[in-house]
Amino acid sequence: MSEDMSAYPLRLEGDDVPMVRFMNVTKSYGALVVLDSLDLDVAAGEMVSVIGPSGSGKTTVLRMLMTLETINGGVIYVDGQPLTHMEKNGVLVPASEKHLRKMRADIGMCFQHFNLFPHMTAVENCMEAPVHVLGLSKKEARERSLELLQMVGLEDKVDQHPSRLSGGQQQRVAIARALAMRPKVMLFDEVTSALDPEVIGEVTNVIRELVDKHNLTMLMVTHQMGFAKEISDRVCFFFGGKIEEQGSPDELFGNPQKERTQQFLSAVMEAG
Amino acid sequence: MGFDWRWDFTFEILPRLLLATLNTLLAAGLGYAIAVVLGLVLALAQRTPSRVLTRAVREVVEFIRSTPLVLQIFFVYYVGPQFGIRLSPWTSGMIAIGLHYASYLSEVYRGGLESVPKGQWEAARALNFSTARTYFRIIIPQALPPSLAGMGNYLVGIFKDTPMLSVIGVAELMHTANAIGSESYRFLEPYTLVGVIFLLISLPTAALIRVFESWVRKKLGLI
Ligand SMILES: Nc1ncnc2c1ncn2[C@@H]1O[C@H](COP(=O)(O)OP(=O)(O)OP(=O)(O)O)[C@@H](O)[C@H]1O
Ligand SMILES: [Mg+2]
Repeated sequence: MSEDMSAYPLRLEGDDVPMVRFMNVTKSYGALVVLDSLDLDVAAGEMVSVIGPSGSGKTTVLRMLMTLETINGGVIYVDGQPLTHMEKNGVLVPASEKHLRKMRADIGMCFQHFNLFPHMTAVENCMEAPVHVLGLSKKEARERSLELLQMVGLEDKVDQHPSRLSGGQQQRVAIARALAMRPKVMLFDEVTSALDPEVIGEVTNVIRELVDKHNLTMLMVTHQMGFAKEISDRVCFFFGGKIEEQGSPDELFGNPQKERTQQFLSAVMEAG
Repeated sequence: MGFDWRWDFTFEILPRLLLATLNTLLAAGLGYAIAVVLGLVLALAQRTPSRVLTRAVREVVEFIRSTPLVLQIFFVYYVGPQFGIRLSPWTSGMIAIGLHYASYLSEVYRGGLESVPKGQWEAARALNFSTARTYFRIIIPQALPPSLAGMGNYLVGIFKDTPMLSVIGVAELMHTANAIGSESYRFLEPYTLVGVIFLLISLPTAALIRVFESWVRKKLGLI
């Protein structure tokens, strides 16, 4: 990587520092460029939905922010601090594992396939990281976890293993598990795509409540246009690893400017 | 020489053989304990980001798996002293058999570890677990059930291979049976008894392993 890092600030300062900033971020797998000089800001407390065709890089955006993937160019900042990089002698260098672990504490993620720990009960799933990563006492972690499981409506399932829970219930445990780490930013990657239609509402209701009552910053990849329209502060339409168009839900869904956006939206609407 | 089984002789040598059975069990147990732990080390060493380490461990495991156990036992016991490492038969035997089975178990573990879905790693990473914690709290508990059948096979395997330790004079069942034979010139009873004792231990062990396997799965909430 021969990128000139001096073009990137060591940290973001000023009055309106975004909670998340992608600055000129590039990601490629071999010759395949998945994200192409992406710029994206998410303000503190903002709910941004990411929509777009399959393979347009939506999941990749979340995975890079969760530091599950390294990036090939650019810098990601979280809460004003560089996430993918760290300062060394006045310049940004790729982040060490230690730096990543410090920064990751602010970010939580829910996956399409839940990824619950199958050998732990619902409450154990939620307690595990608070105890072993944050160093909370078991009692404290348990109280925090029970509170969250109650919030997602699973107070009667706390001692069940994931194999005994429905998909909707598992996804709600996964949300509680992520929230137990008290992240500032929550990432949702198609969290309802693997669910039966009749339980999708259980999960979207939880997300709706998070938006209404909690001051979380959220980035949500979704194929549910109706939900995105209802809940988002802003919607980004991805195409070929770039943001083709973005705007308020009313603008983007009601009056899309770009042809690709129009095509995509009419195709999804037709599919139902 | 006809078939003349002598019961009086059988009962005379039985206590001695039962005592030797304890040594056999001790040898199998100790060897297995070494193999279980060392095998995990060998498996994890092949999963570090270091290509060199992975490659080196891979070669060692392949080497051990492709050469006979009895040769390895001789090697540790007789070649060691040439390098100034003089070990007792027991110590040499435990090192050789422990290492031998560790390399087999490492393959079992490797399969088990690889069977854990990638999503488990990603969830652990998103929750900010360290690599060590991820292994011990998340990955290994899930790698265990699919490894148990293989681990059980090698437990019975190591037990059945303990007679090889007789070649360097470890006083286990085979060694004792040989000694009885050369003292009394009767081989039928001691060797038959050894076979029966092995059978009586191997068969229930294999059954117990299957019970244990489903118990673990249930305990971990996986079924
Ligand atoms: N590990 C990988 N190796 C190679 N290519 C990858 C890898 N991960 C993703 N890709 C490619 O990157 C592109 C973007 O993938 P991404 O998962 O971000 O798409 P997406 O917008 O989330 O699609 P979908 O709606 O199907 O989930 C795709 O072409 C995909 O094949
Ligand atoms: Mg995706």
